[in-house]
Amino acid sequence: MARAVVELAGCTRDYGGIRAVAGLDLVVYEGELLSLLGPSGCGKTTTLNLIAGFVLPTAGRVRIDGQDVTDRPAHQRGLGVVFQSYALFPHLSVWENVAFGLRERRTPRPEIERRVGAALSLVRLDSRAEHRPAQLSGGMQQRVALARALVYEPRVLLLDEPLAALDKKLREEMRSELREIQRSVGITTIFVTHDQAEALGLSDRIAVMHGGRIEQLGAPREIYERPATRFVAEFIGASTVLRGRATGPDRVALADGVALRVLGLAGLRAGEAVELAIRPERIRLTAGAGENVMDGRVVGVVYQGVQTELTVEIGGGQRLLVFVAEPAPAALAPGQALRLHLPADAFMRLGPAGEGAGR
Amino acid sequence: MLRLAVLVLLAFMTLPTVVVVAVSFNPTAILSFPPSGLSLRWYVNVITYPQFQRAAWNSLLVTAGAVALAMPIGTAAALGLARGRPRAASLWATVLLSPLVVPGVAAGLGFLIVGAALGLLRSRVVLIAAHVALVLPFVVRSVGVSVRNLDPTLERAAASLGATPWRAFRRVTLPLLRPGLLAALLFAVIVSLNEFVVSLFISTRLTEILPVAMFTYVVNYTDPTIAALSTLFIVGTFVIVWLADRFLDLGGVFLHHR
Repeated sequence: MARAVVELAGCTRDYGGIRAVAGLDLVVYEGELLSLLGPSGCGKTTTLNLIAGFVLPTAGRVRIDGQDVTDRPAHQRGLGVVFQSYALFPHLSVWENVAFGLRERRTPRPEIERRVGAALSLVRLDSRAEHRPAQLSGGMQQRVALARALVYEPRVLLLDEPLAALDKKLREEMRSELREIQRSVGITTIFVTHDQAEALGLSDRIAVMHGGRIEQLGAPREIYERPATRFVAEFIGASTVLRGRATGPDRVALADGVALRVLGLAGLRAGEAVELAIRPERIRLTAGAGENVMDGRVVGVVYQGVQTELTVEIGGGQRLLVFVAEPAPAALAPGQALRLHLPADAFMRLGPAGEGAGR
Repeated sequence: MLRLAVLVLLAFMTLPTVVVVAVSFNPTAILSFPPSGLSLRWYVNVITYPQFQRAAWNSLLVTAGAVALAMPIGTAAALGLARGRPRAASLWATVLLSPLVVPGVAAGLGFLIVGAALGLLRSRVVLIAAHVALVLPFVVRSVGVSVRNLDPTLERAAASLGATPWRAFRRVTLPLLRPGLLAALLFAVIVSLNEFVVSLFISTRLTEILPVAMFTYVVNYTDPTIAALSTLFIVGTFVIVWLADRFLDLGGVFLHHR
C-alpha cells in the first residue's frame, strides 16, 4: 500500500474520569479519504483533535510523515482543518479569510494573490472575494472554509462534520463536490461524520468508532457487507439480529426452532452459539416453498417512496425488518400474512462488540 | 394617566440637570432658580480659577493613567473568567466586581491607610491605583459581553492556519472584541472622571481631581461657578457618548436607535 502519512500509536485521551479515546492505533495512507464514523461520544472528534494538535494525548504518540509531532502545538503542524461551524473569521472578507494561512507563513504578496485566486476559483467563489462570511449562504461558507484550509497545500486535510450544518439537498451536492475536490487535489483526508450514508459515499476506508475504540476498519463495501460486530451491523444501515445455535457447518437453529441454512460463514462449529444479522433489503417476498422460507404477519408499515419498510413477525415473536422495493407487488397493510425468503448467502455473522477486526 | 406618570418620571430624571444648567447662567452670585438673567461670568470664573486648572490637569492624568492600566488588566481578566475553571472564575468575578458593592467611604479609607503607610499620598499613584480598581468592574463587564459572543473555535481555526497564540489573539480575538473594548473604554473614562468619594480621601490640594476640587469649592463658596463647571461636565460627558455612538460601532451599548 501507499506510504503512511498520519499514524496514531496507542493514543488515549481522558477528560476528567472519562476516557474519550482508548488506546487507538490508526494509519492513514497517502492520498486516501478515511472516515471516522460513529455516534456522538464515540471519540471521533477527539481523535481528529489529537491529530490536529488541539488536544494532547494522555498516552500514545502521533506521527505525521514519520515524524513524531505529539508535542508540537497545532500552529506548527501545518494541517488544514474545516470545522463543523466553519469558524470563518467574521471580521475579515472571504479573500482575507483564505489568505490568512499564507500570511502567517509570510508568503510574498504576489504569491498570496495568485494562490488565493486559484483556491477561490477551485471552490467557484471568485466573485465573492470581497464579501464578508455573513453575507454568504451556508454552502458558500462551507466552500470558503475548504479553500482556506487547502490554499497553503497542507499535508493532511481534517474535516470535522463539515456537512452537518447544511440542509439535505445541499449536503448531497456538497458531498460530491467535496469528493471531486479531494480527488483533484489528491490530499490525504480524514473525515469525521456520524452520517453513515456520507461515510459510505465518500470514503476510501471507514473506521467505525464506538466507545473510544475502532470497531472495524475497512472499505465501505466491506463494512456494509461484512460488519465485524453487532454494533457495526446496527449502526451502518439497518439489519435484524438473530440469535441461535449452529447445528452443522451450514446450519443454524434459531431459538424458536426455525432452522436456517447459511452460506459463506466460515468456521461454524455444531453446538456453538451464533449471532447472525440480515439486511432488510436482502429478504424477499415469496409465494413458493423451500429452505429458509417462513410465514409471517405484518406488524408495521412505513412508506418511504423508493421502498416500503415492513416489520414482520415470524414464529416465536421474532421480528424482522424487511424492505420491499416500490412499486410493491401487493398492497401492504398491518395484519397481513406474508411469506418470506431469507437467502442462505444473505447472513452476516457478528462478533461480540469491542473485538473488531480492524487495525 | 399613563401620560402623566411618564411626564412626572421624565421631570424627576432630568430636573436636577435642568436646574444646574439654568443656575449656571445666573448673573448674580446667588444660587437662585429660576435664574434672574443670562450671563457667562461664572464660566469665565471656572476657566480662570487656578485650582480648577490644576484639578483639570490632575483629572486628565489620573483618568488617562487609570484607563491605560485598567483596559489591559480588565481585558485579560474577562478572557480569564470566561475560559478558566468555573469555580475559580466565580471567585475571581466576585473579587473583580467588589468595588461596585463596597461603600466608597470604606474603600477610600482603605486606600488612605495603605497610601499613608507607603508614603505615597503626595503623588498621584494612589489615586491612579484606586481609579484602576474602581473602573475594573466596568471594563470586565463590557469586555466580558464581547468575550461571551466569541466563538472559541475561531482561535483553533487560526492555530490550524499557522498562527501562534499571540498572532491569533492579535488578528482574531482582539478585532472581534472591539465593540466591548470601546464600550469599556467609554465606561472607564466616564466613571473615572466622575469619581468623587474615594478620591476625596486620598487627594491633597496638589493632586485633587475636578470633582474633589468642586466639592472643596462648594464648601468654601456658594456661587454659580460650581453650576457652570457642572454644566461643562455634563456637556462633556454627553459629547463623549454622542461621538462614540455616532462614530464607533458600540452595538447599541449606550443609545439604541434605528
